[in-house]
Amino acid sequence: MPKIDRKLISKKEEVANELKKIIKSENILYSEDETRAFETDGLTAYKQKPLIVVFPENTKEVSKILSYCNKNRIKVVPRGSGTGLSGGALPTEDCILLCLGKFNKIIDIDYKNRCVVAQPGVTNLSITHSVEEKGFYYAPDPSSQIACSIGGNVAENSGGVHSLKYGTTTNNLLGVQVVFMDGTISRLGGKTYDSEGYDLLGLITGSEGLLCVITEVTVKILKKPQTVKAALIGFSTIEDAGNCVSDIISNGIIPSGMEMMDKALIHATDNFVKAGYPRDAEAMLIIEVDGNEIEVKELMERINKIAKQNKLTSIKISKSEKQRLKFWAGRKAAFPACGDMAPDYYCMDGTIPRGKLAEVLKEIKRLSKKYNLSVANAFHAGDGNLHPLIMYDANEKDSLEKTEKFGSEILKYCVKVGGVLTGEHGVGVEKRELMCEMFNNNDIQQQIKIKKALDLNSLLNPGKVYPILRKCAEEGRVHVHKGNTKFPDIPRF
Amino acid sequence: MSIKETQNFPTFQDSDSLEYPQNEQEVENLIKKFYKSNIPIELIGSGSKRKIGKTLQCTKTLSLSKLNGIIEYLPEELYIKVKAGTSIKKIEDELKKKKQQLVFEPIDFGHFLNGQSDYGTAAGQVACNIAGPRRFKVGSVRDHILGFKGVNGRGEIIKSGGVVVKNVTGYDLSKLVCGSYGTLLALTEITFKVLPAPETSKTLIIHNQKVEKACYFLDSSINSSNDISGAVFFPNEPKVPGCSINIDDTFKLNDLKYEGSITAIRIEGSKNSIDQRIKSLINELKIIDLNLSILEIHQSEIFWNKVKSLDFFFKSKNNIIRIVIPPSECIHLIYLLANKFKYCLDWGGALMWLEAFELSEEMFEAIRRKVVKLGGYVTMIKNSRYLPYVDDVFTINIERFNISQNIKKSFDPKRILNPGKMYTGI
Repeated sequence: MPKIDRKLISKKEEVANELKKIIKSENILYSEDETRAFETDGLTAYKQKPLIVVFPENTKEVSKILSYCNKNRIKVVPRGSGTGLSGGALPTEDCILLCLGKFNKIIDIDYKNRCVVAQPGVTNLSITHSVEEKGFYYAPDPSSQIACSIGGNVAENSGGVHSLKYGTTTNNLLGVQVVFMDGTISRLGGKTYDSEGYDLLGLITGSEGLLCVITEVTVKILKKPQTVKAALIGFSTIEDAGNCVSDIISNGIIPSGMEMMDKALIHATDNFVKAGYPRDAEAMLIIEVDGNEIEVKELMERINKIAKQNKLTSIKISKSEKQRLKFWAGRKAAFPACGDMAPDYYCMDGTIPRGKLAEVLKEIKRLSKKYNLSVANAFHAGDGNLHPLIMYDANEKDSLEKTEKFGSEILKYCVKVGGVLTGEHGVGVEKRELMCEMFNNNDIQQQIKIKKALDLNSLLNPGKVYPILRKCAEEGRVHVHKGNTKFPDIPRF
Repeated sequence: MSIKETQNFPTFQDSDSLEYPQNEQEVENLIKKFYKSNIPIELIGSGSKRKIGKTLQCTKTLSLSKLNGIIEYLPEELYIKVKAGTSIKKIEDELKKKKQQLVFEPIDFGHFLNGQSDYGTAAGQVACNIAGPRRFKVGSVRDHILGFKGVNGRGEIIKSGGVVVKNVTGYDLSKLVCGSYGTLLALTEITFKVLPAPETSKTLIIHNQKVEKACYFLDSSINSSNDISGAVFFPNEPKVPGCSINIDDTFKLNDLKYEGSITAIRIEGSKNSIDQRIKSLINELKIIDLNLSILEIHQSEIFWNKVKSLDFFFKSKNNIIRIVIPPSECIHLIYLLANKFKYCLDWGGALMWLEAFELSEEMFEAIRRKVVKLGGYVTMIKNSRYLPYVDDVFTINIERFNISQNIKKSFDPKRILNPGKMYTGI
C-alpha cells in the first residue's frame, strides 16, 4: 500500500475536530472499537482499520470533506455497502473512510423517462422493488443485490446473471452526480439517452472509486417481459456443455441468462437449497429466455434441439414462476453453499472467450492438483465470466498465500487465452499486481495520467487498481527497505 | 466572406500536407514526429462526417483510410476486430454472411452532407458516437465497443478493453474514445461487439396523427412489454417556407395506405412472435379504428434505411440541428419552437432532427438555451449559406469543460490531435 503518513495519524484528534466543523459529530467515528467494523469489505482476507470513519448526509458535506482532505493531503477511501470482492473499499491506516450509508433514499421515480434517481447508498434490489408495482425492473442483478449499493455498482460496473442480454451497469446508467477530490460537484449525463462531449459517465463507471465520489445515480428501468422461462440442462462432460453454449449463440439466440456450474457446485448448491439439479451431471447449464409467449416457446424448442445435438443427459424446463426462481436459487446461493465444503473459500473472477472454456477448466483442474486445493466452478457462460471458488482453510499455515498464488495463476491463464483479469469484481487491491499481465507501460501510464487529471494528488482510494512499488517493465518486484525504494527519482506505478 | 468564415473555410491542402500511414507503426512514428515538432494534425477516415464539428486548419492531415481490413471475426464469440479505417459497409457485409449485425445501426451521413451515401469507417462511427433508431433499446456505439488500440498525442500506442463483454480491468477508455471526434487519439484497431440479426421485422404505421397523440403512441409502445426496436414520427406540419422535408416524397412505399403524418413502430424477431406483438400493440394502444398500415419485411427495411440515412434531408440546403432531450420533454420543446422549424422525431421522441431556414446564430443559441433548460443538448450537424459557422457546434457547461480539458491534456498534452474540433481550447 502507499506510504503511511505517520504524522497525520498522530494528529487524529485534530483532524476529527476539523471534520466536526463540516459534519455532525455523531457522524464521525474514530475510536479503535468503532473503526474496527470498517476494517474490511467483501474480501475479508485483507484487513486494515481506517484513521477516521465519516458519514456525510448530503453532497455539500461530501464536497467540503473532500476539499478539506485535498488541501491537507489526507487520503480518502469511499465505501458503499462494503460487499466488494476485490478489496476496493479496503482502508489505509491514515485514511478517512467516506461511507455513503446515509445516502439511502430514492429521490425520484420517473416513469415518463423510464428512470429512477437514487442516492448511492440505496441497494440494487430496492430499485427494482420501488418500480415493480408498475411492472418495471432494474436489469443488472449482481448476486449480492440484496445488500450491495447502487453507488458501489457504478464504481465497480457490476454485472449479474442477466448481463448477456441486458448489459452491465454501464449500459443501464443514464447519469450521476459526483464530487471530485478538489470538492467540485458535477453532473454527468442526466435523463437523456446520450450525453455530448467526452463520455465522462462511461469513464467513471467501473473506476473503482479512484476518480470521484458518487452522490446520486440515475438508472434506466425496463418493462418486465411478458414471459420468462428457465431450463436446467445436464451434460456428462464440460466440453459438451461448453459446445452447447457456443452453438446456442452461433444459432442467433441470445438468452437473457446462461449459467454453467460444475459437478462440485451442482452438489454443493443442491444440498444447500434443494433446487432439483441433475446430481449425476458433470456440468449443468441454467438457460433463461424471455419475451412474449410464442417467442419463449420457440426459443426453448430451439435450445432443446441444440442441447440434444450436444448430448444432453437431462433437461427440465420451468413450469411455473416459483419453479423458475427455485432453479435460480441454487445458482444465487453458490457462494454460501461453498461454506459447507470448506471453512474458507476464495472467489476468483476472470473473463475468457466462451470457446476457451474447456481449455481453461482443464488448466484449473491441473492447478488444483498442483496446489492440492479443491475448486468449484460457477460460470456466467453466456458472457464468458468465470468464477472459480477455491476451497481452503485459513487456519492452516500459508494456506491463504497458496490460494492467492493458485488464483493468480488462473487469472494469468485467462489473459493468455485472450481474456481479462476481472469481469465484474474489479481489480481493487487483489489483482493490482497482475495488471502488468494485461497492460504494458504505455497503457498503464495513460490510465494513471487520467487519474492525475481528476485527482492531482492521488488521494482518492489510494493503492487500488494500479501496481505501486513495481515497474511493469521486466524488472519484477522492487525491494523496499523501511518504506524507501531504491532510486526514488524513477517514476513508479 | 466575413473574417469568421475565412478563418473556417476548408484550407486548400496540397499533397504534401496529406499523410496516409499504412500501418499502426507508421501512425505511431508520424504522431511522434508531429508531437516533437508541435505540428497540429487533422485525423480523417473516409471524410463522410468531416463536416461535423468545427472546420480545422491544420498543417497536416492524417488519413487512416489505409488501415483497412478485418483482423478477426469470431461469430460464436460475438465480436469482430477491425483496423480503424475499415469501411462500415465492408464490416456489415461480412457480418451479414453469418446473420449478425452491428446492433447500434450506424447512421449514413454521406448523402445529406456530401451528396453520396457513405457510412464511413469504423473509426468515424466511434469518433462521432451517433447511433441509429434502435438506440433506446440497445444503446449507442459506446455500448458496443469492447476494446481498441490507438496512438495518443504523445505518439504512444495504447490499448484498453479486450474482446470479451464483461471486463472491468482498468478504466473503460473505450467509452471515453467514443464521441471524442478524434481529439484524444488516432484509433488504429477497434473491437466491436456484434449480435445476431433478427429473423425478420415489420413496421406498424399509424397515419395522420398530431404530435401529441403520436408521442403518446410512441411512448406507450416503448413502455409496453412488446419489445419494440424503432419509434419515429414524421409530421406534415408545420409547413415552413424554405424548408424541404417532405414526408410524402421521402416515403413512397406501396404498403403505405394513407397520406399525412407517419407514426412508425418497428418490431423485430421471429415471424410468429412479431405478429403476436403487433396484435397486442394494436389492442393496448386502442388504435384498431385508426388508419393503419403494416410494412412487411422488405418495405420495413427500406423505411428504416431511409431513417438511418436521413433521407428526408437530401434536398435541404438549410442548417440541420440534432437535439437530444429527455423523452418526457419532447412535446414541451415542440411548443417552445413555435412552428418555426421543420422537425422529425426518433427514439420515441428523445431525439429530434430540426431543419432551420435562414437560421441566425442568435436563433441557434436561443434553441440551445431552451433545450439545455429541459435537460438536453444540441449539435449543429450541417451548416448552410445562411449560417456557415457557429461558435459552439456542441453543447457543454463550464464544469464539464474544465474536466474535459484535463482529460484532453492527459492524452494529448500539446493539443496536436484535431485541436478545437469539438470545443475551443480542447
